[in-house]
Amino acid sequence: MTDRIDVKAVPSHHGPAPDRPKIQVVPLRGLPVAALAVVFVVVAIAGNWKWALMFSHVVGGGLWTGIDLFVGFIVGPILGRLSIPARAEFSARFMPKMVIIMPTVVMMTLATGFQIARKLGNLAVASPNHPWLIFSFCVVGIMAVVALGILEPANIAVLYEMNKPVPNGERIGRLMKRFIYTSGITGLMQIATLVIMTRVATQ
Amino acid sequence: MSVETPATYSNEVDRPFPPIAWLSSAALGVVIVGGILMASYAPRRAPLGIAEGLLVAGLVLLGAAAFLLFRLRDFAWRTFTTVFKWALLAYVITAGMIEFAFVRDHTRGTSLVVVTLMLVVFALSVPLTIGFTVARFAQPD
Repeated sequence: MTDRIDVKAVPSHHGPAPDRPKIQVVPLRGLPVAALAVVFVVVAIAGNWKWALMFSHVVGGGLWTGIDLFVGFIVGPILGRLSIPARAEFSARFMPKMVIIMPTVVMMTLATGFQIARKLGNLAVASPNHPWLIFSFCVVGIMAVVALGILEPANIAVLYEMNKPVPNGERIGRLMKRFIYTSGITGLMQIATLVIMTRVATQ
Repeated sequence: MSVETPATYSNEVDRPFPPIAWLSSAALGVVIVGGILMASYAPRRAPLGIAEGLLVAGLVLLGAAAFLLFRLRDFAWRTFTTVFKWALLAYVITAGMIEFAFVRDHTRGTSLVVVTLMLVVFALSVPLTIGFTVARFAQPD
């Protein structure tokens, strides 16, 4: 994820806590949709159903790459120029949705992508696509470490911090800097993914 | 090693902690490299020596993170447990999906054991990192 959202939004202060609505860290209404996607992918893999595998891979991959690039390079810079309360308001509504959306589209893309590669023979050493797929695995590996080891913990920690009666604005800003530091890496990896996938599809 | 922490909690001060999140993220990174190695050889058999070495490194890193975590005093264990268990549920489902794909692709024997253990490290390391990152800033129990 390249959500470049700098939320130095909720300043530390003393005195009575302001009356703010609680942020739902995981939006429960989104869970049935995510569960449906999981079931669809399981059925596609179990049935070796080519159309469903391709559908999940294209939909998931398109959303993953599109969201990463759009949020990282379009929404992020706009957000950086908004007022602090506007940034906080946006982030409080936006980030919980990302908690559901991103793992779901990543799961759809990766689980089906491997099956498609196997089914089309692209994993065979003799295939001209084999080196590109290995490159793709490495790109995904880097993105996974960044997303799961750095960004997702920061994302959830920020939401918990914003739910406190008196949030620590400096801490939120520091955690959100992780998004800025890693957005370049993720953006580069997503562009590499576009190059790899278009090469694989046309060889 | 135990960590000295202030007796009174203040949300304005970040307390020092051992590098638990770094260790568990490193464990994640190591098993991801192992997963890439296994996947890049599919459908052939991957060189298990390297994969097993990476798995052992992942287990050691995760074990070190867990060891340091359980030695913490004045820690927000309730917050950690709440976050950890829900994240664990999510990542067990994800790991289960990956395991299902490997089984479906006829991975068997030692290779399957190595993949399964790598997935165990994966399914534990991410929730541990998330839970710790959230709980380190929460009010200790």
